[in-house]
Amino acid sequence: MSAIPVSAGPLEHEPWHLPSRGRVAMLSLIIGESAIFTIFVVAYVYYIGKSLSGPTPAVLEVPWFNSICLLSSSVTIWLAEREIERGRMKSFTALWALTMTLGVIFILGTGAEWRKLIYLDGLTIHTNLFGTTFYSLVGLHATHVVVGLIMLGLVLLFALTGHIRHEHSERIQVLALYWHFVDAVWVVVFTVVYILGR
Amino acid sequence: MESFFQEHRARAARLSRLLALPATGILAGHAAWAEMPQGQPNMLTPASTPAHTIANLSLFVLLITGSIFVVVGGLLAFALVRYRARPQEDTSEPPQIYGSTQVELAWTVIPILIVVVLFLTTARIIFAVQDAPKPEDALDVTVVGHQFWWEFRYPKLGIVTANELHVPVRTATYLHLLSADVDHSFWVPQLAGKTDLIPNHPNETWIQPERTGLYLGQCAQFCGVEHAQMLLRVYVDTPSEFAAWVEHQQQPGVQDASVAAGRHVFETEACTNCHAVAGTAAIGTFGPDLTHLMSRDTLASGIVPNTPENLRKWIHDPNDLKPGVLMPAMQLSDQQVDELVAYLSTLR
Amino acid sequence: MADQTFPIAGSIDVTPPPRAEKTTLLEWLHGWVVTVDHKRLGILYMAYAILFLLVGGVEALVIRLQLASPHNRFIGPETFNEMFTMHGTTMVFLVGMMYIFGFGNYIVPLMVGARDMAFPRLNAFSFWLSAFGGLLLYYSFIGGFGLYGMGAAPDVTWWAYAPLTAKAFSPGHATDYWALSLIAMGFGTLGSAINIIATTLSMRCRGMTLMRMPLFAWLMLVTSGLTLVTITPLTASQIMLVIDRYLGGHFFDTQAGGQAIVWMHFFWIFGHPEVYVLVLPTFGIASEIIPVFSRKAIFGYPAMVAASVGIAFVSLGVWAHHMFTVGMTSVGNTFFVLSTMLVGIPTGIKIFNWLATIWGGRIRFKTPMLFCIAFLFQFLIAGLTGIILSVAPWDWQLHNSYFVIAHFHYVLVGAIVFNIFAGIYYWYPKVTGRMMSETLGKWHFWLFLIGFHVTFDTMHFVGLEGMPRSIFTYMPDRGWGTLNLVISLGGLIQGIAVLLFAWNMVASYFRGKEAGSDPWDAWTLEWSTPSPPPVYNYATDPVVHSRRPLWDLKHPDDPDWRYE
Repeated sequence: MSAIPVSAGPLEHEPWHLPSRGRVAMLSLIIGESAIFTIFVVAYVYYIGKSLSGPTPAVLEVPWFNSICLLSSSVTIWLAEREIERGRMKSFTALWALTMTLGVIFILGTGAEWRKLIYLDGLTIHTNLFGTTFYSLVGLHATHVVVGLIMLGLVLLFALTGHIRHEHSERIQVLALYWHFVDAVWVVVFTVVYILGR
Repeated sequence: MESFFQEHRARAARLSRLLALPATGILAGHAAWAEMPQGQPNMLTPASTPAHTIANLSLFVLLITGSIFVVVGGLLAFALVRYRARPQEDTSEPPQIYGSTQVELAWTVIPILIVVVLFLTTARIIFAVQDAPKPEDALDVTVVGHQFWWEFRYPKLGIVTANELHVPVRTATYLHLLSADVDHSFWVPQLAGKTDLIPNHPNETWIQPERTGLYLGQCAQFCGVEHAQMLLRVYVDTPSEFAAWVEHQQQPGVQDASVAAGRHVFETEACTNCHAVAGTAAIGTFGPDLTHLMSRDTLASGIVPNTPENLRKWIHDPNDLKPGVLMPAMQLSDQQVDELVAYLSTLR
Repeated sequence: MADQTFPIAGSIDVTPPPRAEKTTLLEWLHGWVVTVDHKRLGILYMAYAILFLLVGGVEALVIRLQLASPHNRFIGPETFNEMFTMHGTTMVFLVGMMYIFGFGNYIVPLMVGARDMAFPRLNAFSFWLSAFGGLLLYYSFIGGFGLYGMGAAPDVTWWAYAPLTAKAFSPGHATDYWALSLIAMGFGTLGSAINIIATTLSMRCRGMTLMRMPLFAWLMLVTSGLTLVTITPLTASQIMLVIDRYLGGHFFDTQAGGQAIVWMHFFWIFGHPEVYVLVLPTFGIASEIIPVFSRKAIFGYPAMVAASVGIAFVSLGVWAHHMFTVGMTSVGNTFFVLSTMLVGIPTGIKIFNWLATIWGGRIRFKTPMLFCIAFLFQFLIAGLTGIILSVAPWDWQLHNSYFVIAHFHYVLVGAIVFNIFAGIYYWYPKVTGRMMSETLGKWHFWLFLIGFHVTFDTMHFVGLEGMPRSIFTYMPDRGWGTLNLVISLGGLIQGIAVLLFAWNMVASYFRGKEAGSDPWDAWTLEWSTPSPPPVYNYATDPVVHSRRPLWDLKHPDDPDWRYE
């Protein structure tokens, strides 16, 4: 072992803080996902009114109930985050289950909407440009909701079997960040597709 | 309107002369470019207004970027020689310098100034070329890109031809660019910069040739298997030559009884599905219009001279000359091919 | 002084690492497959990149053989179009992206004093996903057959403009393989980028503030941030393409009101920043090597960081300079001229800072430094031809000509590949514990330099003479024959140089000089570990006080932290 004499350098007694890697990673993922959604939203907006034939956005009905369910799930998951931080596991599990229920209602609502569009209005992904951009954008969001539900479901499973404890609250918050993002995207999609684009 | 237009053009020309003045003096190579045989698609031997303006702008830009290279490259080379480690030197480290705000500021400002100059010059030329008002006597030509050939329509003159564009000298010609299938790009370097032909997205460009002659170009946007052999020929004619050409092209197709057998082959095999001959039942639009086939110098969008042998080879199996071409080999007998060539040879 | 603890605990440990226990070949392979060690994954990335560098190089040589003379019938147009599509896709995604994350994986955790990446398992997943994407792309040679019978690789160019990619114009499955492989690689890349961001932000050792982080780590952070918002638009547009091809969608269907222009915008929103994604890490490599071999601290560190971040931001707003010929309005064209020219400012700052680092130094011309010096000259030229291409009216002429090919190969080869070689010569001793041969290295350098300039300098001229890109043959009357022959000869010289390099890598592994922990007398943390570093990197967590912790160690009388 060669020893090189060194001076100790400026002593640094101040504590060494770094951002949580989970949060950094989830925020990065959200930035990346936002870019994907931006491209689909731009395509949707650009092609509004450019379809040569077939149904127009007039066939859409504003999914108020669905949207309220999804957006309120952001509140319930936030309450759940607070509960786990305080170590109240029972109410955490209940709120978590409520969040999932609201998400499932949203997905079922989307399914009912698509069923109506396909069978009553004859709008499929290859009908016209509106169909292509509509199903892609709303479908991309729905895919994210499904992925979110799967992850929420795993947490619920672990919570029910007692594997989730107070010290996991940071990870739960990171996961909740994703769910908040999915909700925020819905606000954009909802505004573009059902309010401005109709 | 006319005077405004002329003034606009004159200003663009003055501007480009101004730009070229310092550049031509220094770049002696320019003279060598100019002496190259006419027809080679060299963008630095322009023969038409937009291409000329662009060439002068490019010499100006080349002058600036060249100077930057000489200065920065020179400093770099000097530093490498001056500050090389010499063997006899002691092994101690050189003085450590961590930075200097003044120096950093200086070399931030200089690039900004250069960018401002380049940007303003470029912006003026963009507007001068792109927004030049259309003169009233301009010739209109619709160019349709196909895999892998060019269709030229002169809507006001009632002419349809292919692959060989005829335009009069000194008159502005406006090209309306359309595509029948995929993206193509119209590029004849000596006449103008390229503009793409995009389906469902009409484009426009213009040329105003200064000299008569033949100018070569080709498709400049990858469009499929035979993209490389989608060649372009632009003939810049004197006004009288052009008038004669127009008059000839406006005639209906020749009806020569001596080649009735060939015409029969033409009309009964699938030729008419894709090709048109004015005055006959052939009105196909997928392939070039053949009404005046023999008035063209080349076949298969410029890849071989238009000779009876080449025509024969082409009809026998187009894939021999141009692998991947969309025209099928019609499996004709030798006799049928002979008759067909004889018929097509009458379409002057 | 024996019990004096270094500021960097566990540093300058010259005891050789313990010999690995004997394993069977199967165990050894298994070890590589299941590894989550950032160093092994880094090596896997690099091996993958070098393998495909050779494959892509062969494709380039096939292209050059075909173009060596007019009306050549060496290969047909179908094969030629497949070759340049695969060459482009391979070099950008399977070489470029892989080498970034190869260097990033191996070096970044060592540089910031961490024991591994932030998410080791995500790291392994990202690599294997990207690797799978590459295999998918090459599987198209076997599985992509369509109308033309056996084996049809993608032949729609690497920018794949719609509607050529529509089912009507690209039958068969080649284009599907292309799109699917890019989606797979896109997600792999996204994972790696997230990992690098989390590592640089959350895994730094004590005392390493952001403004003390080595420039390579900084540039990997900037690159990864840029990757987040550039690779995802590509993924999005590939998903749209797949929807068009498989579900009958109309995104790019010009018959149903779709616009080809939309694809162009989406592609170049990815495609232009992608160039910066590839080149920024190599700026980082140069910013590590040039100071060490000039024996001087990097000049203007804060300006270098600011310029890198600036380039990343500006690069997001320049994409449509690839589209000056698609018929944008004059105002649109003018905007993209300005934004493109603005890139020149931070880039200029970087070049000047490297120049100032060399200025007053004591330059040692070792192989890594030679490659970096060539990079400086070539990148200067690439930047200037970039300015030339940003002049929209001239771009109307130059666009899609060989001048453009020359320009971007000056960036991709003259800057990026030269710096990759520099980085490999520089860090090879750290990775393997052995030096690469200097003699072979210098041969490699000079041959590659000559070949590079013969090929790519000439390409500028053939471009000015009006030769468009993507053509499998050309007419003898165009007068491009001689220059093309010269270009092809240069390609051959480069090929030989790359083979020398490959041989040097292999031979030095067995016969190279023992490197020791710090062969270049360098200053960043990775040189304080043994070569190769142990699995855990640092026995105790290091603590740093300046940008050059090893300089502080070696010059206790005059440490850097007094000046920063």
